[in-house]
Amino acid sequence: MTDMLSITVNGEPRRVAHGSSVADLVEALGIPLTKVAVERNLEIVPRSTLADVMLAESDTLEIVHFVGGG
Amino acid sequence: MSNDTWTVAGRTFTSRLIVGTGKYKDFAQNAAAVAASGAEIVTVAVRRVNVSDPKAPMLTDFIDPKKITYLPNTAGCFDADSAIRTLRLAREAGGWDLVKLEVLGEAKTLYPNMVETIKACEVLAKDGFKPMVYCTDDPIAAKQLEDAGAVAIMPLGAPIGSGLGIQNRVTIRLIVEGASVPVLVDAGVGTASDAAVAMELGCDGVLMNTAIAEAKDPILMAHAMKLSVEAGRAAYLAGRMGLRKYADPSSPLAGLI
Repeated sequence: MTDMLSITVNGEPRRVAHGSSVADLVEALGIPLTKVAVERNLEIVPRSTLADVMLAESDTLEIVHFVGGG
Repeated sequence: MSNDTWTVAGRTFTSRLIVGTGKYKDFAQNAAAVAASGAEIVTVAVRRVNVSDPKAPMLTDFIDPKKITYLPNTAGCFDADSAIRTLRLAREAGGWDLVKLEVLGEAKTLYPNMVETIKACEVLAKDGFKPMVYCTDDPIAAKQLEDAGAVAIMPLGAPIGSGLGIQNRVTIRLIVEGASVPVLVDAGVGTASDAAVAMELGCDGVLMNTAIAEAKDPILMAHAMKLSVEAGRAAYLAGRMGLRKYADPSSPLAGLI
């Protein structure tokens, strides 16, 4: 068994260490936690629980923010 | 006029111009145009963070959400479920419940799919959202949207990004007369006189993006739109003169030499 997990972040494959939380991932990517929303397997992860939710094999994450639009 | 405000979902605003934040050259120009427009609300889209360049400047660095009300939209959504998903993410990203719902029917016209729009509106309203809804210029659909919990009705004056001006004065006016929530023309404005027309019809406001962003001088056009929305509103409140078929002299006929 490998100590890495294979996950998908914003449509791209990624590998993260076992025991990583969603917050660990977002911070490792250099994304400011306060400016984004995160969805894990189609369910929103509330900001207050980002550090408590652990990533699992094959998780699909969407990290979104506000951009210009009409 | 100085205390002429409008209220949507319990929030009161002075400016009747809502501007989009798409299609600008850069964030600095966008922020300058918003300032020149006097808008207190801007629409924004929800998209993936660029994971390969997380340090890229963000809209929130240039337009402060604490000073300007962000109105997250569902642009690009073609069914109720994706629109609902998008706005739930928007609420998590910023905590907003005032949102702009648009569910599109096809890419060519970007015309709204009203069946999906009404369905999404019902779900969002039950979930605590305050949806301001982009819609067709159908007075019956407008009433159905109100029943579904829409806090503002936002019919198009012409297709999104077309700049064709207000093509449907009769139906916009019917919607204004029938609505018990604010009505804003969303889409179709091309230049300042179009915005004035929308306001003269009695609309509570106008929402636009491309007319400002694609002007040769977006900041000057933003200023022009501010003036035209104010002018159109004042003309509406003043009450226009009646139309006549023939001339009526402005100078007195009495005392003519």
